[in-house]
Amino acid sequence: MSREKILAAVKKNQFTSTALPDLEILSALTATSDNLVQQYTGVASAGGCFVYEVNDLEAIKDILRKEFKPGVKIISGIQGLDEYTYASNVMQESSHSFADAELTILASNLGVAENGALWLTENQMNIRILPFISQHLAVVIGKDAFVPTMAQAYAQIGNADYGYGAFISGPSKTADIEQSLVIGAHGPRSLSVFILI
Amino acid sequence: MSNATGKSHPQLAAVFNQDEPRVDWHDETLWWIRQKRDVQAHKLPEWELLRETASQIKNNVLSNLSTYLEQFEANAINNGVIVHWAADAKEHNQIVHQLLQERGINRMVKSKSMLTEECHLNEYLKEQGIDVIDSDLGERIVQLANEPPSHIVLPCIHKKKEEIGDIFHEHLGSAKGESDPKILTETARQHLREVFLTRRAALTGVNFAIAETGEFVICTNEGNADMGAHLAEIHIASMGIEKIIPERKHLGVFLRLLTRSATGQPITTYSSHYKKPQEGTAIHIIIVDNGRSIQLGREDFRNSLKCIRCGACMNTCPVYRKSGGHSYHTAVAGPIGSILAPNLDMKKYADLPFASTLCGSCSNVCPVKIDIHDQLYKWRQVIVKEGYSPASKTIAMKAMAFTLSSPGLYRSGGKMGRLVFKYAPFAVNNGLNPWYKHREMPKAPEESFGEWYSKRKEGKQ
Repeated sequence: MSREKILAAVKKNQFTSTALPDLEILSALTATSDNLVQQYTGVASAGGCFVYEVNDLEAIKDILRKEFKPGVKIISGIQGLDEYTYASNVMQESSHSFADAELTILASNLGVAENGALWLTENQMNIRILPFISQHLAVVIGKDAFVPTMAQAYAQIGNADYGYGAFISGPSKTADIEQSLVIGAHGPRSLSVFILI
Repeated sequence: MSNATGKSHPQLAAVFNQDEPRVDWHDETLWWIRQKRDVQAHKLPEWELLRETASQIKNNVLSNLSTYLEQFEANAINNGVIVHWAADAKEHNQIVHQLLQERGINRMVKSKSMLTEECHLNEYLKEQGIDVIDSDLGERIVQLANEPPSHIVLPCIHKKKEEIGDIFHEHLGSAKGESDPKILTETARQHLREVFLTRRAALTGVNFAIAETGEFVICTNEGNADMGAHLAEIHIASMGIEKIIPERKHLGVFLRLLTRSATGQPITTYSSHYKKPQEGTAIHIIIVDNGRSIQLGREDFRNSLKCIRCGACMNTCPVYRKSGGHSYHTAVAGPIGSILAPNLDMKKYADLPFASTLCGSCSNVCPVKIDIHDQLYKWRQVIVKEGYSPASKTIAMKAMAFTLSSPGLYRSGGKMGRLVFKYAPFAVNNGLNPWYKHREMPKAPEESFGEWYSKRKEGKQ
């Protein structure tokens, strides 16, 4: 069995145990509540996101009506945005059936100011493929859901149980051809973020 | 020093160096990425503490690796994931093949995994009649060009957009002469979307595997790993034993370092945490050793296992930038590759630790503080001692040792050298002297220090 062989070789060759470092200093150094929404907006916009501050879900609907033609497939994971296909109603459909989705709207409860990342778990995605296969993605998040850095983000996630979760920080992109940034590699061609204030 | 072409780093670099404008362009592009890394690093006052913390976490991992591997395995199994162990590349490839065979699958989509490059998985599966399509744009480009990646993060950094346009015209039907990166990327998007939607198996690499939870994290900008994995009925994730980190919260250190160091972005677009399989699908993890446990036992070189594969050492390396990734003739090029490869095959990769100026820039940018240039220097000593050193170096070193051991020879040799530099520089600046190749020789002084000192002592000056 290779398992035993590998573990025995590792055990034989690993050196005297050294302790794990304290992460508290890094957390303390980066802890701040200053203008997290402002910092997030700056970083996310630089990363190719469209960030909107809105008062309520109605305002989101208004913006989406302007941006998307009627009749396109829009899937919403948010109960209040009910004029679209509600994600939990189509959870039994195959992942492949969302290949023609134009827009998916999902909720997040955790955003990171330093890098523009938004944390979404499988529960918020409803179906894992949704935030990837859709031509466009929109995420709705509250203004108080932001933390300064990944240190505080993982403190908040803690030991939460999930099947799958992802930090998403922008539209799908690539710079593989001569380092020219191109938005829209395989996933969404845009990420709109609606911050409820 | 033999490889597929039998050529060594200096020989392959000489080929790359024939096109001087391309070398300059390659050099400048990578330096630009290095500068983007600096901008991001300098934005964080705690950057050095982050590096030190990451290094210490990895120290702890390497000193408890067997415990963490068992913990990771137990938690992954508990999450409904199936875990396999592969002692070497061959076993890894066979496991992948068997998993596909059991399901009657003969086409697979694969996202970036340098481990599968190390194992030559694509070639192996091709021989078994299985078609693999690489889904990272850069990897797809080099795959269509029938080349290996030249950089671990930027696989086709050596290719010009016009060349990519030609490849896409030939294989993907883009318009002849089209070289706009936007249009070429859209062509790849359409082509790969069809691939994602029709492949029943997806293979991905692993950036971090968390012992505490049994989950693993994959980082991409394109979303290709997720597109493949979420649309497939079987997701195979290949990881080296060194990818383990102890706890989930440690991601809060590594994810802050990885992309800032790699491309100068604050984080990748997607940092995906895979814990349990989606209903009706399976996740298989293959934990691969392939020489890593041996490296762990080499005290001087074990730190190389801390590597998180950001590529910062390549972007900053003056030798890498000017010789190109392919001249390293190994899956992982550049400074880090040059300390990893000799562990796998000291004879075959004996040239690589010499492909460095030992300037130390690699160690300075390394996010986990690997002493890369010290290890390069130590490998040189091991390689010479074991008798694997490149032939030209052995002869030169023997001549040097002979000269230095005899004061008479040393003096006459020195005098001769100064005369040659003065009157016949062509005698050393020629194709027979590899050392001269990319160096400007200094102007020879009229007399040696020894001569000057004796004259001075005799009161002549």
